[in-house]
Amino acid sequence: MTLKKLKATDRMKQIMGGYYMMGKQAEVNGWITSGAPVELLYAMDIYPVYPENHGALIGAAKQGPHFSDFAEKREFSRDLCSYARCDIGCVFAGTSPVGGLPKPTFLFACNNICNTVIKWYQVLSRIFNVPLFILDTPFIRKDLKESYIQYVHDQLYEFVDFLEKTTGRELSDSKLKETLIKSVQGVNGYSEVLKMAKNKPSPLTCFDAFLNMAPIVCLRGTDYPIEFYAEMKKELVERVERGEGAVENEEVRLLWDNIPVWYRLRWFAEFFADRNACLVADTYTNAWTGFISMDKSDVFWSMAETYTFSYLNIGIEHTAEAINRLIDYYDVDGVVIHSNRSCKPYSFGQYELQKMIDVPSVVIEADMVDSRVFSEAQVETRLEAFLEMLK
Amino acid sequence: MIVAGIDVGSLTAKCVLLKDGEIVAYKVIKVSPNLEETAEKVFGEVLREAGIDKVDKIVATGYGRNKVSFAERTVTEISCHAKGALFFIPTARTVIDIGGQDSKVISIENGKVAEFVMNDKCAAGTGRFLEVMASALHLKIEELGDIAERAEGATKISSTCTVFAESEVISHLASGERVEDIVAGIHEAIASRIAAMARRVKVKPDVVLTGGVAKNKAMKRALERELGMEIKIPAEPQIVGAVGAALFAMS
Repeated sequence: MTLKKLKATDRMKQIMGGYYMMGKQAEVNGWITSGAPVELLYAMDIYPVYPENHGALIGAAKQGPHFSDFAEKREFSRDLCSYARCDIGCVFAGTSPVGGLPKPTFLFACNNICNTVIKWYQVLSRIFNVPLFILDTPFIRKDLKESYIQYVHDQLYEFVDFLEKTTGRELSDSKLKETLIKSVQGVNGYSEVLKMAKNKPSPLTCFDAFLNMAPIVCLRGTDYPIEFYAEMKKELVERVERGEGAVENEEVRLLWDNIPVWYRLRWFAEFFADRNACLVADTYTNAWTGFISMDKSDVFWSMAETYTFSYLNIGIEHTAEAINRLIDYYDVDGVVIHSNRSCKPYSFGQYELQKMIDVPSVVIEADMVDSRVFSEAQVETRLEAFLEMLK
Repeated sequence: MIVAGIDVGSLTAKCVLLKDGEIVAYKVIKVSPNLEETAEKVFGEVLREAGIDKVDKIVATGYGRNKVSFAERTVTEISCHAKGALFFIPTARTVIDIGGQDSKVISIENGKVAEFVMNDKCAAGTGRFLEVMASALHLKIEELGDIAERAEGATKISSTCTVFAESEVISHLASGERVEDIVAGIHEAIASRIAAMARRVKVKPDVVLTGGVAKNKAMKRALERELGMEIKIPAEPQIVGAVGAALFAMS
């Protein structure tokens, strides 16, 4: 079984290679969480370093247990998130599959994705002895209240002060607006790529989306994602015009929930392709697809709104609604739910969600980076049985 | 038409021959570390018993299904247990299977699997739990059911984890609890674990219990108490998966 490859993936590797190279040369850099407003950094020519992307890369390189071990030997628990464990492990190891990350000038954690990042970045702050800024986004159980936005909005101003003091640079309003416009353009381009999966057969799988998501996470606010996703979309449009699906004989359309199992990406892709099943979409990559508003008169308000109402910072009713929207939009027959040992906020409530979503689902247990908790026979049986049930 | 279903589990391998939809022969053997050899052995034994030398089609199921290279295709134990349970008890709507290292609850609608749940990274609600406890008590696993029937009460086993429950059982023994009561407590612990899992699907009658553990009457009663429902046991609970596989071979 050979999987179909997108030409875009080669280009993505070039871009990300360049991104990591840039980091080695950058004068000033900040380590940043995946859901944080990176636009403020790009607007000040500060290079953002993404430990989470680095973690995914370590997972894909099947080096999770190796680097995690460096942290575990220093008494970090195996129950801790494997991105955090690997990131801290690499610092102690002094290297990684990309030769380690550049030493940070400062740290920037936003807890709209989880609360582990607070402790994780505090640990980094102690190790490197550099300043840390925490952007605290209130959890939205039901409604996004104006007071929440105000609270985050005010912190964004504090963060700009922090950045200016730490780097000695000044934020230019026009540069920030320009960066935000690019960010919106990049996000829209990316969103259009994902939406191509609405076609039947779908020209891409969620595995293509996972592989090619790094530019929107790491380079959001620069020209790279805008160009890259436009190019990727062209390739997908060509596939659609030829009537070509990412999976031969697409019979079953599925949705993936949670972070990918990075060290088994290929195994999963082949498993489903072999059985004429296409995972057309997922909740993970779709989490980077929207700006709520783009009110140019107060871009800080827009940022506060967007970054507070993030997929992992909302109550279960909102999550179920988002999943049902995806189910409807992509016309899927079932949902594959990854109960991710590492990511508690993402995995919490999944059994409840099963009852709230409109199509059948199956839960598999794994971890995004730590392959030691993956049991092939168990996962295979659950997925095969699920497909037998759907067909 | 003669077809075979082979179910290679973690502890036992089963093979069933169906001739025109009727069971003509079956065997249950212990698995050896070589699953391929085990499958060949159980298949060979069944052929000998039936006095034939070949079949029209073979379907393999169970944890070792991919090791049965001479099978035409594989079907998961979930689909096979549902189909097999319906063969024995056509009114089955819920199937609870307690296997050697996993347990599952399957809900059936219109003769098909509608939903299923399985235990995950933990063997607490499986046959392995009983095995570990039997060995801690120096008893044979086959005796457990009868011993539990003689209990006056059930000792509470509060640990979910098999390893912790084992030390709990040993400390109950040391503090002079009756063996019968401890054994009854062990059955209740498994039943409550399975019932919690079963409640994640809709438990509708008739509830059918399959797998080797179904032969244990105390287990059946403990589960009935937990679920508040009567449980039916097929004539040969251990071969239900293999029967299902054979039925898939027919279609």
